[in-house]
Amino acid sequence: MTSSRKLLVLGGMALAALGMLYGLYYAVFVEHQTLDQMGGSLTHAFASAAERNWSQSQTALQAYAATKYDYVRQVDAHSHWIGLGMLMIVLGVLFGRVNFSEAARQAIAICLLAGSAVFPLAVILQTYHHDALIFKALAVVGPALVICGLAATAWGFARHRTLA
Amino acid sequence: MATVAQSSLVLSTFAPMSARRLYIFGGIALIAAGMLFGDIFAVFVLHQNAGQQGAALIEASRAVAAHDASGATAAFGRLGGLLEDRGTKVDAHVHMLDAGYLALLLALVQPYIALSQATKKAMAGLFVLGGVLLPLGIFLIHYVGLAYSPFAVIGWASVLADSAGALLIFVLLVQAWGFWKYLQTRELTESELPAEDSMPSRALLTGGTLLVLLGFLHGAYYAGTMLYRHEQMETAILERMIGVASQDNLAAASGEVANFGNLAGARAVNIAAHSHIIEFGLLAMLLSFVQPYVFLSEKWKRRWVKVLLGGSAILPVFVLLELKLGLLAGGIADLGGLLVVIGLLGMLAGILRYSGHLDAAEGAR
Repeated sequence: MTSSRKLLVLGGMALAALGMLYGLYYAVFVEHQTLDQMGGSLTHAFASAAERNWSQSQTALQAYAATKYDYVRQVDAHSHWIGLGMLMIVLGVLFGRVNFSEAARQAIAICLLAGSAVFPLAVILQTYHHDALIFKALAVVGPALVICGLAATAWGFARHRTLA
Repeated sequence: MATVAQSSLVLSTFAPMSARRLYIFGGIALIAAGMLFGDIFAVFVLHQNAGQQGAALIEASRAVAAHDASGATAAFGRLGGLLEDRGTKVDAHVHMLDAGYLALLLALVQPYIALSQATKKAMAGLFVLGGVLLPLGIFLIHYVGLAYSPFAVIGWASVLADSAGALLIFVLLVQAWGFWKYLQTRELTESELPAEDSMPSRALLTGGTLLVLLGFLHGAYYAGTMLYRHEQMETAILERMIGVASQDNLAAASGEVANFGNLAGARAVNIAAHSHIIEFGLLAMLLSFVQPYVFLSEKWKRRWVKVLLGGSAILPVFVLLELKLGLLAGGIADLGGLLVVIGLLGMLAGILRYSGHLDAAEGAR
């Protein structure tokens, strides 16, 4: 097994396991409480409005928005880590058919794996600092790396057929 | 000669009741069942559920107008139930599919897992069991609730789902350990899957890569241009809804509820298109590996590939078009999903024929 394939298969398995462990932790310790908080805030916003308590209603609505912001990103990180991990493993098995030199394949594999690890991580970190530009930038760089890596892989598959 | 060599290689990689066979059958069955469940959910539950959510929000607005705080709380209680009903069904669909994809993946990497055949088989059995119990547990969450549960917020169905998830993680960790052992010796424990250079395999591989790439591009476009805007719009709509309801303007509140529903719809179709196109791409790539086991004529193999890839393109495109074309596009998208299921079942039938043929020949010896 070449080092690029090994990198993708091992990295993919690690990412999938990480995504599942995070999902398990999240489901057991965070999700139910978060959903309760989200529902509770929205209910409180409407109930406070019914009592004409505007400031409480507004505060509850902001709490709902902040909780939902976190919830969406935490679920996204879980599913993207697992999904990208699976994609890395599949590509790892297939990588022999990418018709570039091993050095080029290694560069593509690093690009794919780095993007797959960084993107969900940046998404989770956004929940700790909602407006941090660095995490937003990382959440853009991650997918960009994966897209470039994937485009190069597709090109490598196509070259394989023309050379065969 | 080449055909004989190829056949014996295929035979050696698909022994009766081997871990690989369990993963392939279990994986395809889980994916087909997950897609069928998703189609049934989309036709019979999704839109009706969205309508009921809108009705609950209108009820909450009426309660605000009537200074009825307990009425608003009760309306949100109903809304919470509806969201849980929808959410658990979406999760059951997604988790069943993902367990199926992982099973196919594990079938691919078995040669690199340095464990005994008995351990591999036991792990495959546990994985398929976990893959069935996890979505079943998630599906039951809404119906079982907190009945007889000793926990404050976690019911028995959640416990079942979480335990099944832990079982899947355990199997994956054992596979990782087996892979680590392989890296020490570098000796394959069984033959690799035969690389078939046929039209169906190539079409699935190329089509799958393109679908994944398109999915990533769409996801990046959505995250870059719509995600934050949609989040801000949601809060703004809710603020307006509360504001007009408290002024007793129920017509305007109903308008805001409609806006809220449209926004939820826009988010849902973008996320669904993004996830479905990537998952179908991954599925196509994975299925390219099992083509040597599809015991059908070349013509029928090609047909199933076309049906599967056609459905894989139709579903996400028409899911996106639902915003413009409404239920017509929704119906066509459901048809796309059905095409994928049919293509998948066609391939599964071919694999079943192949294993039956293989086992019969083995038994005759």
